Amino acid sequence: MKNKEAPGMSLIVKSVTRLTAGLILIYGIYIVFRGHIGPGGGFAGGVIIALSLVHLMLAFGKDVVLKRLDEARGIIISSLGALAFLILGIVGFLGFKAPFLKERFEHFSAGLIPIYDVVIGVLVSSGLFITFLALVLLTGKREKK
Amino acid sequence: MKLLIFFSLIPLFTAFLIVLLGRLRNQAVLLVTAMSVYLMKIVNASGVVIYKISGWSIPLGVCLVADGLTVFMLCIVNLVALLVIIYSCQYMRGFTDKWKFYSLFMLMLAGMNGIIISGDLFNLYIFLEVASIAAYALVAFGIEPEDLEASFKYAIMGAIASVFILLGIALLYSYTSTLNMADIALIVSGNPGSVLVSFVSVLFLAGFGLKAALVPFHAWLPDAHSSAPSPVSAMLSGVFVKTLGLYALSRVFFNLFSISSGKVFFALMFFGVLSMVVGALLAMAQTDIKRMLAYSTISQVGYIAFAFGVGTPLAIAGGLFHILNHAASKSLLFLNAGAIEHATGTRDINKLGGLNQKIPLVGFTSLFGSMSISGVPPFGGFWSKLMIITAAVQAGHIVFSIVAILVSVLTLVYYLKFQSFVFFGKLRSGMKEDLKSLHFGMKFSMVVLAVICLLTGMVFLPQLKLALDSAVNALLVGNGYGAAVIIQ
Amino acid sequence: MSLYFLCLILFCIGLYCVLRKRNIIKIIVGVGIIEYAVNLLLILIGYRQNGRAPISANDQEILNMVDPLPQAMVLTTIVIGLAVMVILVALALRIYEKHGTFDITKIRRLKG
Repeated sequence: MKNKEAPGMSLIVKSVTRLTAGLILIYGIYIVFRGHIGPGGGFAGGVIIALSLVHLMLAFGKDVVLKRLDEARGIIISSLGALAFLILGIVGFLGFKAPFLKERFEHFSAGLIPIYDVVIGVLVSSGLFITFLALVLLTGKREKK
Repeated sequence: MKLLIFFSLIPLFTAFLIVLLGRLRNQAVLLVTAMSVYLMKIVNASGVVIYKISGWSIPLGVCLVADGLTVFMLCIVNLVALLVIIYSCQYMRGFTDKWKFYSLFMLMLAGMNGIIISGDLFNLYIFLEVASIAAYALVAFGIEPEDLEASFKYAIMGAIASVFILLGIALLYSYTSTLNMADIALIVSGNPGSVLVSFVSVLFLAGFGLKAALVPFHAWLPDAHSSAPSPVSAMLSGVFVKTLGLYALSRVFFNLFSISSGKVFFALMFFGVLSMVVGALLAMAQTDIKRMLAYSTISQVGYIAFAFGVGTPLAIAGGLFHILNHAASKSLLFLNAGAIEHATGTRDINKLGGLNQKIPLVGFTSLFGSMSISGVPPFGGFWSKLMIITAAVQAGHIVFSIVAILVSVLTLVYYLKFQSFVFFGKLRSGMKEDLKSLHFGMKFSMVVLAVICLLTGMVFLPQLKLALDSAVNALLVGNGYGAAVIIQ
Repeated sequence: MSLYFLCLILFCIGLYCVLRKRNIIKIIVGVGIIEYAVNLLLILIGYRQNGRAPISANDQEILNMVDPLPQAMVLTTIVIGLAVMVILVALALRIYEKHGTFDITKIRRLKG
């Protein structure tokens, strides 16, 4: 049964999604942050974060998600992530003393690696989400014709 | 050498910066210019230069290596990229979403520079994929049905080629337990004659041969090159095919496996000659300018592969020199084709004629390019073909050399046809007035490339000879590559 | 040893799918199968009978670990495969938009 007033799937799916989407998001963030001491890391966590957004979009229709994160903003966030990674790499050879991606700061337990993980998580989650968005919006355009 | 990493770092940085800044595309030009200036510092450095990423010692970490061949290829790629970007600043005005074009272009450039400087086999594969994916997207940039179909064909074939290369790398890793190219070279030379190495070299021949469009694998090239926007075709044909295909192939065969003679080289020679003949014959029949140029690319790539297959020092020098000549002249010709399309709106040579009266600059420069590529004496193409054919005769491949000479004549025939149909004769009635004028940037790039075509004819210029010699030596040392890298 | 041959067979199935099928989507699936066959081979190369996870710690001896490098390589190739797959799917959608069909024999405009 489709609810005609509100886009998206049925009430059951929406209620369950309300509960789970946030949990999936938090689990993704957890995976990103513990990447340097165990299995996980930026890529895996980023994929999970993107999946939570995709989940929301499937359940509530695209407008709900697009209001918060549209394509242009996603592109900007993902390229910011990539730039941040490159800048972190350049931090290594400040003043041309050490090579690219060299460890400079001895903090926490793993140096810069957690920060790399976070940056990659941002890059991957937004990148994966905008690819999904691009494909979905492409078919949306075709249906309108 | 601290500057080596910048060759792939600057284009990557620019690619993402353009996304953020959107309209400020002139920064791309400035950054590539800056990179070409950095280039001069490396040219002066002698010997093998190593850059260890993250400071790990050689067999453990990823390293970047610059020897003579690297420097030679880097000069060609970055010079052509700079000129093409200057050209496309004004050519791409008609397209929407220009920032996407520049961003993808920069990713492609980063990939190509990365392939050239990489000293690690898996890293080479990654950069190859970065360049290829950017190229798939660039071919489809116009979103016409033909563009999409060409891009789809190219993407499928390119993906299979990449998988073959990856399979080769995987098997090589299982044999040597290392990915560092220098280390692999040492280990392979330690136990020669392995069946696995022969198998891997066949896989690499298929993979890189598909990227280089040697003849049994050539089907994607004419479609992709004729569908892409002209600056992209100039990049693809001028440097992309050579970097992804021929450079990687020669690096792997000469330096990693150090095969001095044998069946693999005979296969390379055979496919080279086949590409020459088939490419030239198909190019004769084309009426679309860009398709003709694309088939001509297949033919000329055949010459280079043939030269590498002969494998004597003179032949390798000829092949590398032909890479330079072909990069300059074929980029020039594709830029000319773009200018013709920009001015008249068509690419069909039957609908064109007498353009020398209207856009004489394009006529002159394309005459330079055509003469260089078909091997007319004062230009560079003549010397490189002469070197290749002389070397082939010296090595005893008489039949192949005769074929090469005949193909050279064919090349001259179809370029003369192109010249006479497009630039000489009567001006078509529809084209009397409404020709769009060319912008300064476009003219500048074409003139510079034409001058390069003429300058490379002076093969005895000391700088050119020096660069060529060190590039040839880099290939000829064979396993010495491994030793030279490991020592540092 | 038989596992390696199974990888090879998977590779050949993918290649058959790419070469013989006419539907664009099936071709894309074939490319995916090929990529995963090679990834599987890479993992197998690094695998060791009864090996354990390659995590080094101060209180443990390094004994019988699987090779971690192929795993890192596979992670990278999966990402690359994702990018290729996305571009192929986007192209397929666009082609469907223009031609209204997924059959490659009906959309041949270029002679190649």
